[in-house]
Amino acid sequence: MTTASEPLTPPAPRHDLLLGAALLAVAGVYVRALMFTPIEARQGAAQKILYVHATSAIVGLYIAFGLMAVASLLYLWLKDAKLDRVAESSAEVGLCYTTVVLATGPLWGKTIWGAWWTWDARLTSTLFLWFIIVAYLLLRSAVEEPGRRARYAAVLGILASLLVPFIHLSVYLFRTLHPMPIVLKPSAPSMPSEMQLTFFSALLAFILLFAALLRARYRMATLRDLAAHREQEHG
Amino acid sequence: MTERQSARPPGTLAASWIVARKDLAIEFRTRTAFLSALVFALLGVTIFYFAWDATAVAAADLAPGVLWVIFTFAGLLGLQRSFGSELADRAIDGLLGAPISREAIYLGKALANLVFVSGILAVTIPAVVLFYNLPLGAGIGALAGIAALAAVGLVAVGTLFSAMAVNTRMAELLLPMLSLPFFVPIVMAAAQSSARLMAGRPIAEAWPWLRILVAFDIVFVTACTLAFPYTLDE
Repeated sequence: MTTASEPLTPPAPRHDLLLGAALLAVAGVYVRALMFTPIEARQGAAQKILYVHATSAIVGLYIAFGLMAVASLLYLWLKDAKLDRVAESSAEVGLCYTTVVLATGPLWGKTIWGAWWTWDARLTSTLFLWFIIVAYLLLRSAVEEPGRRARYAAVLGILASLLVPFIHLSVYLFRTLHPMPIVLKPSAPSMPSEMQLTFFSALLAFILLFAALLRARYRMATLRDLAAHREQEHG
Repeated sequence: MTERQSARPPGTLAASWIVARKDLAIEFRTRTAFLSALVFALLGVTIFYFAWDATAVAAADLAPGVLWVIFTFAGLLGLQRSFGSELADRAIDGLLGAPISREAIYLGKALANLVFVSGILAVTIPAVVLFYNLPLGAGIGALAGIAALAAVGLVAVGTLFSAMAVNTRMAELLLPMLSLPFFVPIVMAAAQSSARLMAGRPIAEAWPWLRILVAFDIVFVTACTLAFPYTLDE
């Protein structure tokens, strides 16, 4: 049944070892964060949200969204369907991470600031990024023809990456309440070394999980495209 | 207008003017979209007035927000029609077959949309000034400038998304979903700078916001002109 022109099926693994390792790492980080990391003096136990919140933000906002934008740009240049699948997968996994950021943020904010939500530059940019990723996925689902869907999605992905700095800058002119970066900043991190270790292992675990989920989602997209291709060929 | 001249394909700017003139001629002869967008904007201005307690919130504090929110929604009505009008009898094929560049089609469409939203603003701004009793004397020129900057940004992004949305399964819903996040910096900058004007503050206070508007216009007119050819089917 297989013709030479068909894209090859990726070998479907019986066990996704990468995903298993990532989940184990995340579980390990949780144990370390909850049991073996000191409690912050002023914020108390609420500060532990940092290990989920800030790490998800770095993965969702910078890695996933960045990958989506770069893959979109490369797609318009090279017209390779693989790049479109990378952008699609990265957007969907990134949406999960951004949702985690938006869900854990208010929990922390209510405890520390006394308010669930504030229209601060970082919060607002994250919220609109979330809206744009949702619109991106909706746009994909609303276009039938694969080539056109990939082109439209790539155009939106590139424009979105141009928009985020504008939203951030506009809201920044309003006012800002969110703490300035604690760990990722030019000078030394203002955090005890035990917390730093937990933070960086959490970040690594979340990046690993992102890679595993991205790979799984990419496989799914490949199989879906292959199925559509076969259906077209054999009626 | 000798025959040899007219046989040569027009340059990008000349071609975009021809496209814009075609769209404006259609709009001028039917007037349906413009009149409905205009009535929608005026209705919005009056309805918003009753959404707040006028004794608790000063009209001058309310007006900038009302003006720019109404502007984006009325603008969406015009943008919807921009490529929607090319769907019947696949009129877009005629445009694509013409000896003009893809960029010229985009610029022409955007130019027609700019005239459309400018026309709406030309009526809506005086209506807001009138209904909300704004003491706007010399500031009206500066407000027109802000309106022009905001309109260019809105039209640049909206024209591109209009071209994409008409070819999807849920065009009417998708255009606002795609466009509104992109209108956030425009609405914020336009509302903040016009609020300074309406409060009688010097224009210099609005300068950081105006810079955002100018930067937005430059970035998105360039990016959308470059991206537009990718939204067309070969």
